[in-house]
Amino acid sequence: MMPLLSFWLSHRAELVTLFAQHVLLVALSTLVAAAVGVPFGIFAARRPRFGAPVVAIANIVQTVPSLAMFGFLLPVPLIGGVGARAAGFVLILYGLLPIIRMTIAGLNGIDPAIREAGVAMGMTPRELLWQVELPLALPSIVAGIRVAAVVGVGTATIAAAIGAGGLGEYIYRGLSMVDTTVILAGAIPAAILALVVDGALWWTERHLSARKTRRSRRATTASAAAAIALVAAVLVGSGVVTARAKGAIVVGSKNFTEQVILGELLAQTIERDTGLAVERRLNLGGTLICDRALAAGDIDVYVEYTGTALTAIFHQPISTNANTVYATVRELYARGGRTVLPALGYDNTFAILVRGSDARALGLKTIDDAARQAPRWRAGFGYEFLERPDGYPGLAKAYGLQFRAPPSVMDLTLSYRALAGGQVDLIAGDATAGLIKGLDLFRLDDNRHYFPPYDAAPVARAATLLRYPQVRAALERLGGRISAGDMQAMNDAADARHEDVTQIVRQFLRARLR
Amino acid sequence: MPDAAIEFRAVSFARPGGAAVLDRFDLRVPPGEVLALVGRSGAGKTTLLKLVNRLLLPDAGAVLVEGRDTRDWAPIRLRRRVGYVLQEVGLFPHMTVEDNIGVVPRLEGWPRDRVAARVGELLDLIGLEPREFAARWPDELSGGQRQRVGVARALAVDPPVLLMDEPFGALDPLTRAELHAEFRRIQDRLRKTVIIVTHDMGEAFALGDRLGVLDEGKLAACDRPSAIVRSMHPAVRRLLDAVTRLP
Repeated sequence: MMPLLSFWLSHRAELVTLFAQHVLLVALSTLVAAAVGVPFGIFAARRPRFGAPVVAIANIVQTVPSLAMFGFLLPVPLIGGVGARAAGFVLILYGLLPIIRMTIAGLNGIDPAIREAGVAMGMTPRELLWQVELPLALPSIVAGIRVAAVVGVGTATIAAAIGAGGLGEYIYRGLSMVDTTVILAGAIPAAILALVVDGALWWTERHLSARKTRRSRRATTASAAAAIALVAAVLVGSGVVTARAKGAIVVGSKNFTEQVILGELLAQTIERDTGLAVERRLNLGGTLICDRALAAGDIDVYVEYTGTALTAIFHQPISTNANTVYATVRELYARGGRTVLPALGYDNTFAILVRGSDARALGLKTIDDAARQAPRWRAGFGYEFLERPDGYPGLAKAYGLQFRAPPSVMDLTLSYRALAGGQVDLIAGDATAGLIKGLDLFRLDDNRHYFPPYDAAPVARAATLLRYPQVRAALERLGGRISAGDMQAMNDAADARHEDVTQIVRQFLRARLR
Repeated sequence: MPDAAIEFRAVSFARPGGAAVLDRFDLRVPPGEVLALVGRSGAGKTTLLKLVNRLLLPDAGAVLVEGRDTRDWAPIRLRRRVGYVLQEVGLFPHMTVEDNIGVVPRLEGWPRDRVAARVGELLDLIGLEPREFAARWPDELSGGQRQRVGVARALAVDPPVLLMDEPFGALDPLTRAELHAEFRRIQDRLRKTVIIVTHDMGEAFALGDRLGVLDEGKLAACDRPSAIVRSMHPAVRRLLDAVTRLP
């Protein structure tokens, strides 16, 4: 509990911002979902022939996992891409179903005799809707909005994967640092928020459905107004916060420790050398999310690895010559209006890792040695490694690898722990991972030279560099300045010693790049 | 003779399924008369009422209200001139007694204090103390009180015509007798043109100036109660026997 409290205390400004972003995202998207869903539900209830297929479609949308939904929308113009706008759109989609469905249920649940009484008394359809049908369906409609808001609080944590901010950022950061404290720092406020939202809307729903005196109905209206005012205040407040955070240059990163450190490194370098305001969109998920975000202009620069770009982005055959790979990738990026800046100076190749104890006991040195043990072993790989052309399929072919069971899919950073804890016997990690040293893991030699070089280099939008030549100059000064040892030390500081990334980068820049 | 308040001229109506409910049906109700229509369940009593306030339109023939074909009435206008007391009362559960009674006046755009005054008047008329009952919710009323409020609501804008669909059907015999007396007292003051439909011959005798007996889509008989008692029409006899044959 103490580390959690001190984490919140030291990150209180950020915590408030993320919390406000979270509330803003959920409140706005739920409002829009209600504004669209309620009229839609009314329409669908009146025309079942039209309503039934709409509800069926909404049902299907609901079954798409939210992370997949964020993925689908990445290449879609206007509503897709990364950031709060795309996240809001996804939240609206998920909010629509419960609202539409509960609006229909509320309207269909009205006693036909009551509706008939209204018609017989000479109500126009509009008067019937506003004076009879909507008031009677209101508790059900509010129940639908309540479901949408509570689901939204949960889904919004996943939205951090596409840089929408919010409390999910701590969760992702914590996952990539394998630090429970940081995960809880985001998960606990999110859970509390969900409970508060649920409770508040439950209270509203109950008060709307219960028969009561006029006075208490007025009290309900007053508290609803107060709640709306509160939300509005948070909206304005967080609007101010986001406006201040909006910078000229947007730096992105993938969602593991080294990338977050590199993103922070680019950001601090640009801030220090050019004085421009920088917006950080770190923890953006995998390679393809970052690439599309860069292509769409949602971010201006992030650090990519040459071998990854060659195979995963451009689908070129594997080459093992570092200079050839760099030149090829630079050429291919240039065609898409993106510029590869000088490489940072280290090669973050995949490292095939086993436990240090196994390596010593069995005398393992190379992947060939391990291939002989493999039939008795289990392997665990990150999703990207399983799918990439330069990942597991090619590796298995090159070395004739055969495991006891098909490799299990797990989060890259969790796989180090899984290996150390004995759940798996072989993983593919990053050569620069700090945890290799921290967890006594052993890196097997790629004796058949299967992996291409993975030189880390910033990739930026050419248009941004033309507009801000000083950014180009600042980033070029980083060329060749980070050794594999430096990177491993920084990763180790973040992963094993749980130091703050901002501090790690500040110290590195002060010591090595004056 | 244009002075009928409600007139059915050779009206035929069939349910969407196809079964004929009314077959070249004729009926005249002069102003100020209470016509009690009796028939077995499913004889088309509710349908008949719905044809008056244009919830339904006839397949053939015409229904005239105040001398004008219901097809020529604007439906909203017509319905606000025709009070309707429903079978299941149909009070709005989300409105208090006073708001329920004030629905049509508010739809008609009456100022607030006029609505309030009218609601007080009507509560007095139906024998419910305004101070005690105005702010109550429908589920805080007894069945008889709910029926009274339903009648008050139908009378709110003083419509010349009142339609009542089994208005006292769900009440115990004592309360029903009480409300019958109440209804006669109110009707003596207001002199509305009323059609009451019921399956209960006793109720028809208690309330109607004239009795109509509905049988197989036609009016089997329509006359003063004293004449109806002597009718030899088999459908009328069947209904009469059900009342008089006591154990």
